[in-house]
Amino acid sequence: MKLITESVQKIDGISLHTIDTDKYKTNTIVLKLKAPLDEQTLTERALLPYVLQSETKSHPTTTELRGYLDELYGATLNVDLMKKGEYHVISIRMEIANENFLKDKTPLLTKALTLLSEMVLNPILENGSFKETTIENEKRSLRQRIQAVYDDKMRYSNLRLVQEMCKNEPYALHVNGRVEDLEKVTSASLFNYYQKVIEEDQIDLYVIGKFNEKEVKETVSNQFKVKNRDPKMVKLNHQNVSKVNEVIEEQDVKQGKLNMGFRTNITYTDSDYHALQVFNGIYGGFSHSKLFINVREKESLAYYAASRVESHKGLLMVMSGIEFNNYEKAVSIIKQQMEAMKNGDFSDQEMSQTKAVIKNQLLETIDTPQGIVEVLYHNVVADKSRDLSEWLQGIDDVSKEDVVKAANKIDLDTIYFLTGMGVNK
Amino acid sequence: MEKIQLEQLQEELFHEKLPNGLEVYILPKSGFNKTYATFTTKYGSIDNQFIPLGKNELVTVPDGIAHFLEHKLFEKEDKDVFQDFSKQGAAANAFTSFTRTAYLFSSTSNVQENLETLIDFVQSPYFTEKTVEKEKGIIGQEINMYDDNPDWRLYFGVIQNMFHNHPVKIDIAGTVESISKITKDLLYESYETFYHPSNMLLFIIGPVDPEGILYFIRTNQEKKEFSEQSEIQREFDPEPEEVAEKKQVLKMNVQSSKCLVGVKAKSPSRSGEALLKHELSLNLILDVLFGKSSKVYEELYNDGLIDETFSYDYTEESGFGFVILGGDTPNPDELSARIKETLLNVNNSQINNEQLERVKKKKIGAFLRSINSPEFIANQFTRYAFNDMNLFDVVPTLEKLTLEDIQNVANESFEEKYITECHVVPKK
Repeated sequence: MKLITESVQKIDGISLHTIDTDKYKTNTIVLKLKAPLDEQTLTERALLPYVLQSETKSHPTTTELRGYLDELYGATLNVDLMKKGEYHVISIRMEIANENFLKDKTPLLTKALTLLSEMVLNPILENGSFKETTIENEKRSLRQRIQAVYDDKMRYSNLRLVQEMCKNEPYALHVNGRVEDLEKVTSASLFNYYQKVIEEDQIDLYVIGKFNEKEVKETVSNQFKVKNRDPKMVKLNHQNVSKVNEVIEEQDVKQGKLNMGFRTNITYTDSDYHALQVFNGIYGGFSHSKLFINVREKESLAYYAASRVESHKGLLMVMSGIEFNNYEKAVSIIKQQMEAMKNGDFSDQEMSQTKAVIKNQLLETIDTPQGIVEVLYHNVVADKSRDLSEWLQGIDDVSKEDVVKAANKIDLDTIYFLTGMGVNK
Repeated sequence: MEKIQLEQLQEELFHEKLPNGLEVYILPKSGFNKTYATFTTKYGSIDNQFIPLGKNELVTVPDGIAHFLEHKLFEKEDKDVFQDFSKQGAAANAFTSFTRTAYLFSSTSNVQENLETLIDFVQSPYFTEKTVEKEKGIIGQEINMYDDNPDWRLYFGVIQNMFHNHPVKIDIAGTVESISKITKDLLYESYETFYHPSNMLLFIIGPVDPEGILYFIRTNQEKKEFSEQSEIQREFDPEPEEVAEKKQVLKMNVQSSKCLVGVKAKSPSRSGEALLKHELSLNLILDVLFGKSSKVYEELYNDGLIDETFSYDYTEESGFGFVILGGDTPNPDELSARIKETLLNVNNSQINNEQLERVKKKKIGAFLRSINSPEFIANQFTRYAFNDMNLFDVVPTLEKLTLEDIQNVANESFEEKYITECHVVPKK
């Protein structure tokens, strides 16, 4: 059984991915723009999609644009930024009702694609550049978005771990950019950067749902005219760990946040990627995993204790919320469980259980349009084609030996602890 | 088994009420990999005063007990239920709200085994003093986690402002102090009272055969004995109409300020169609007034008072209801003043037919979008059913709402005495 039917077509500088499925009552469009993470342009890149989605030539104010989206049966339009390894990816998403489920048979998808192309390729300009008022509003919102991280202690401690751990690597940069760079951004500088994005970025357009494929292809060929390009690729170098870096920070908080970062030395393109996923599942990915059982269930130290993998950068992140004075104890349990994994101290049952849950998770992911895009986009980021059935088979084929081998490639790099004011560990 | 055709949505819904009172709904979704099932009891954090099953006297139980019970049901004498689910390739979870406790799993294989695990673990409580004590540590950390979360504190702060007595103002997880009073006997007493099948609803959605699944559920339930259950006697202290506090400012370790305005519902005693109409009408007005295409939104945004975190929603059930609106803002006082001004000065000329049609379209599209999600359907269908409403009546009800309907609701809902505000501001 084919799990996802993806058809990919190059239309000049853009790759159009269409996924035909009748599972949804809506059609989803996701435009992805990919470029290497770069300190010089980081903040402009973080600002750009928000400026683009503010208004268009045909709908020259945000209010008019949003009113038009309401008219299109509440089509959603939103943008976000992600780090995928050392790439900085802009996503612009639209989701729009499929008129088959409406009394009104207006061709909504074509309208949405037309709007998206206008927004991205033909933005509204003032004296040859973006509108000043828009830039100022969006700079203010971006500043707020950057600051918001500090108020969510879970996100904050995760961010701090990455900053400390990847100090000299682009990966340390934050997707939303830096407040200190914002002042320097002008309408002209942003417009220059925008032109570079349209000329150089890797551009992928996904359309998911039930639609006339020929019509979509025609609309895209007519509307999304961009030149061919040779997108910039990042060569990833794994870093060696010489000694564990321990960072303790004090703040006025009630709960301590313990984050531990490991280098896995394995990424999506590697053949032992599946073994790493199984490793992570047994170690901390799920509620049957060693971290959950040992940190939470056995010792009652935490409400959450989990690990996750950064597939394109080769990192494993452990996170937990604990009482301040349980720091040593929690760190030592997390380390012990890692040692247990390296020594092959896990059962066949843990193996089969974990494989079952991972496969379940993958299959569930592709039940949502967003999930389909995320699964497929891995292949674009890593420039490697891995079909989902291959992926599932790959998980099945992982042996205990493979997991132990993957475990032994993993090195603890940094321990970050956010603790209360004046609390001595 | 009753079969309900949802013509416009091109779906079929199956329903049966079992002899023990359990309501079962099955919505087959071919093409999906995942089956999602929720087993929900009409028992939430607000149910803190009730007459226990087989007794005559009203009891008041410690805050947070419904949520505590939710945690404890996963643990059995010889095992942890999470393990059973994961062996069968499923992901399990649970949540407690003001009015419900739901247990759920999702899986792409072994659906019948997982369903059996779900029903059986919820229907076989096992509590000991020792495991109850152990859980206090875990839930204590959960409470601390929320204590550090400014959005949660703000949300509860504004609800606390609104209510004098209604237990909706109590934090769902309780406090470290209140959960310290929970014992295994109290857990059993609550369990026996609220986990009777006649107080519960099972919803299954996914690529399933409804006949087969229903047969399986019937057989499972026939094997079990349940005591006769009469209507559960809950008690709520009388609640004055006006808000309890006009304003509260929380100083926290944050960089940005936040502001929520709450509007307490006047006489929230509706159910069924009346509730559905009222809830939709209020949400439509909020869309007209504060939606991204509204004049007010534009002004607030351009004046730098709101950003993308700005949101609004109306919710009502079981004797409480409220509008909550707001978000991050550099100036909470100014934002709340502007929101209040908008609410208190609504006049009928502001809400015209053109606007109504537009926000209706928006809501219809949003409904189609949300029913892509099995989780949404199962969770919301249950919430609607517990309030004698039908989720699939949303679109037809929306279509029928008139300008007059929503003008009337606007005129009666927004009064000074129902409005309160809560801010989170940086310490220093």
